[in-house]
Amino acid sequence: MSIYDMTINQLQQQLNDKNISSYELTKKYLARIEEIDPVIHAYITVTPEAALEAAKASDERRARGELIGDLDGIPMALKDIFCTDGILTTCASKILANFVPPYNATCWQRLADVGAVLLGKCNLDEFAMGSSTENSAYFATRNPFDIERTPGGSSGGSAAAVAADLAAYTLGTDTGGSVRQPAHYCGVVGIKPTYGLISRFGIIPYASSLDQAGVFAKNVYDCATVLEAVSGHDEKDSTSTPYPIGDYRGACQRDVKGMKIGMPKEFFEEGIDPRTIEIVKKAAEKFAAAGAEVIEVSLPHTKYALPAYYVLACAEASSNLARYDGVRYGVRVDKPTLEEIFCATRSAGFGEEVKRRILLGTYALSSGYYDAYYNKTLQVRTLIKEDYDKVFASGIDCLLTPVTPGPAFKLGEMLDDPLTMYMTDVCTVPINIAGLASMVVPFADIEGLPVGVQLIGAPFSEEKLFTAASAVEVPRRLPPDILKQAVEKGVER
Amino acid sequence: MTEFQTVIGLEFHAELKTKTKIFCSCPTTFAGEPNTHVCPVCLGLPGVLPVLNKRAVELAMKAGLALNCQISPFSKFDRKNYFYPDLPKAYQVTQYPLPICKSGYITVPDADGNEKNIRINRIHLEEDAGKLVHSGESITTSNYSLPDYNRAAVPLIEIVSEPDMASAEEAKAFGDKLKLILEYAGVSDVKMEQGSLRCDVNISLMPKGSDKLGTKVEIKNLNSFRAMHRAIQFEEDRQRRMIERGEKIVQETRTWDEGSGQTLSMRSKENDHDYRYFPEPDLVPTVITPEWIEAVRSELPELPDKREKRLKEECGLSYYDCAQIVATPALAFFFDEVAKIFDDKKTIANWLIGDVSRLINVAEKEYEQIPIAADDLAYLLEQAKSGAINNNSAKAVLEEMFASGKKPAEIISERGFAQISDSSALEEAVKAVIEANAKAAEDFRAGKQQAMGFLMGQVMKATKGQANPNLVKELLAKMLK
Amino acid sequence: MAITVNDVEYVAKLAKLTIADEEMDGYIKKLSAILDYMQQLQEIDTNGVPLTTHVLPLENIFRKDEVKPCLPREKVLANAPDTEDGYFKVPKIF
Ligand SMILES: [Zn+2]
Repeated sequence: MSIYDMTINQLQQQLNDKNISSYELTKKYLARIEEIDPVIHAYITVTPEAALEAAKASDERRARGELIGDLDGIPMALKDIFCTDGILTTCASKILANFVPPYNATCWQRLADVGAVLLGKCNLDEFAMGSSTENSAYFATRNPFDIERTPGGSSGGSAAAVAADLAAYTLGTDTGGSVRQPAHYCGVVGIKPTYGLISRFGIIPYASSLDQAGVFAKNVYDCATVLEAVSGHDEKDSTSTPYPIGDYRGACQRDVKGMKIGMPKEFFEEGIDPRTIEIVKKAAEKFAAAGAEVIEVSLPHTKYALPAYYVLACAEASSNLARYDGVRYGVRVDKPTLEEIFCATRSAGFGEEVKRRILLGTYALSSGYYDAYYNKTLQVRTLIKEDYDKVFASGIDCLLTPVTPGPAFKLGEMLDDPLTMYMTDVCTVPINIAGLASMVVPFADIEGLPVGVQLIGAPFSEEKLFTAASAVEVPRRLPPDILKQAVEKGVER
Repeated sequence: MTEFQTVIGLEFHAELKTKTKIFCSCPTTFAGEPNTHVCPVCLGLPGVLPVLNKRAVELAMKAGLALNCQISPFSKFDRKNYFYPDLPKAYQVTQYPLPICKSGYITVPDADGNEKNIRINRIHLEEDAGKLVHSGESITTSNYSLPDYNRAAVPLIEIVSEPDMASAEEAKAFGDKLKLILEYAGVSDVKMEQGSLRCDVNISLMPKGSDKLGTKVEIKNLNSFRAMHRAIQFEEDRQRRMIERGEKIVQETRTWDEGSGQTLSMRSKENDHDYRYFPEPDLVPTVITPEWIEAVRSELPELPDKREKRLKEECGLSYYDCAQIVATPALAFFFDEVAKIFDDKKTIANWLIGDVSRLINVAEKEYEQIPIAADDLAYLLEQAKSGAINNNSAKAVLEEMFASGKKPAEIISERGFAQISDSSALEEAVKAVIEANAKAAEDFRAGKQQAMGFLMGQVMKATKGQANPNLVKELLAKMLK
Repeated sequence: MAITVNDVEYVAKLAKLTIADEEMDGYIKKLSAILDYMQQLQEIDTNGVPLTTHVLPLENIFRKDEVKPCLPREKVLANAPDTEDGYFKVPKIF
């Protein structure tokens, strides 16, 4: 078994047995990044010096018997949307090409405090706006299973890094599916916990009322280990809840017997690849075989979630992205007057998709349109949330649905058709709208491409999700020769 | 010719007296080197989040209670979106549809000296912007600007009046009263010259007796109530002339130019705003219970209207004395402190308005920094009242208390101001004077009252002026019987 | 719902974005498609439905009024495109 195949627990065992040091492990990951990443493009920034230094410190702690926890000394990576003190944080935008934050995102700080070794910062769609990482201002990330295809987005770099063994685990963010969709495309586990479980402090916002950090891992148990470390109340985030952190690892060992799994019929209607539907039904059978009860349910406002999402997300984004004005940080385009600097800096610094969403959001909030778009959407949000409240109140423990209509699409395929690209989020956005917990686990494949299933739980029901996810997951490993061929062939950036 | 009626509404911005900013833990201290009172949150760096300062909420509630407002049981924050280099996030966090306080009023005298209530529409909480230092003479002639974010996110309340004022005088009376109330409530420093209190005017004219408001003009950049008064008078005049010439008043923002004494139109670019307000997703609603309101109310001191009435009725002070004390909260609070120990309020008032105020002025101090303790002044006044020292000595003692910070008892004994009020100590001196002035003693016994004055003078001379004159008189009368 | 050139220019001005003439058609086409899609929200009767601005029922999250250290000025200005004497620096506004 290669160290890249090992879970966090197995790696800890190796480190404890002195079969390898964290320093050596980190070197191995860095070497693999050097070898493979020119093909995958998962990383925007790699931080070898800092990583090796952190690894060394971990080895010293281990030698002194002062190990902090299960993540101490384990190499990992962050989506380049998490602010990292002293380390370039670009959000995959040209406008932040030179931005070095003087502070850490709380969830990264929590990992650093327990000895995590940061390998670098992963690619994403600019400001997390996109579903393919093609909107990165730097380069598109490739799907390790087929480098002609997208790893998904916006956290595509973080998902691809785990799938291609370029990090033991990574963090991403999910505003409308940005953790779950790439997890599904890349055959890894991805969780978007309940809004408020993980502090948003230090995460560059796209849409504040929808954004939530999430975890990518090789399997459900690793995911639980990391989630326990990053969750919990943060006094720097007013929307982070005082809700206690659950025993997610314990929940992985529990039995699904007697759990009620709901299948919302609106998630299996037109537009979903019949092969995807078959796969989700197989997962339902697996639950039933394990003693869970599978029940059809209805969430009547589901189809309105996607248009509602675009109104809300774009409106909030138009305000969140206003601060990039070339005055205090970021790349300024010099002009004789400040008014011209504002326009030139923002027009040159933002990519097309970002500008489109800023325009949409500005439009939805502008006088004359506010009630028809924004207020109406906040009402629709209530209706969508109530659908879920009712289903969970009826005794359903979690819902089982497809993640996207089909498997990973080809790079470039949807670039000219944003609306069709948006449609790939149809099964994931309702969860952010309603502030629920949701998780994607690999389960099967279509023509060699990974396909996951989505589990959805009531707010703060992550323990139930981990129980259900552990029962249904089929951990997926990348066939070793796929990347080898790609590396030999070489890919142009 | 048509007579016009002026309609004025005012908007005040007051910086709240918190230790820290509204959404971060940076100090609100005035001045300081540029950009030294800032952190990632108030700089608006990517990814930072606001957390509301509880004290700012309470001070806003206090302001609301002091201004007779209703405190909203449910309020929330919104974003007001616009670009300006002093605004780090390119939006201001403020309160739009659901402000923390609503529907209050202030009582001011109107033109006939009657009481008039000026209604307050709302008070909302918001963050201040930074400051721009301009390179040239003014914003219009400068080549570049230098943003300093020390003031960014200092908590502000915006107080919006109804258009209930009819003259520059009423507007000024409203401003003066508002400032005084906020000062009493301890909500704000209300220093216009430092910008901790700012005022904008909305003014329009309509034909007398009409109920249709004219087009209103907003005036900004008013650095004092004097400027406000002048600007209103200028604008009344300007608008009246325009209407009389048949010109249309443009709804716009004008700036007061102190030098030329005029209001000037601001560039139209700054006029067309579509602020795209929407609920601030990074903050949660504020829910205020009646218990919380009462707890805050209990922190409020007696406010000027009530205080003035009490001083008049309970202490028998004149209107003038009351007004003098009430106009200076620090003096009024000091009065209360002294009155707790020394109960002759009229005397306290006289001393505070007289010598204490004079000495504060001489020392070029603020009333907030009265350098003597209330119990020391009470002691001094007690000594003077009981006759232990005479009035002139008391004044000298007070002066030295200001100068040296010494305790009054110490000064009295050092300078030998104590009057001899011990009758056994005085008896000998009185006896000696009677013996040495047998003639005068005879005269007194024979009924010549003037002799008493002479004998008293002799005793005072013998005791170097320290004898208590009342006691001397008493002793003389007894011994000459 | 058709968005017009005027609409796009108006919101671009508010958002401080410049849309080049040759880009305008593309923006109009794509924005119109998305706005059309958003239109389906109007199908729903939301009369009397309350607004959801926060999915979490949180209220009264406060901070104590206690001073904490600020950011050292060299860090404050470290990312600035232009500075002078401890200030950020921008050219004249208009
Ligand atoms: Zn601050």
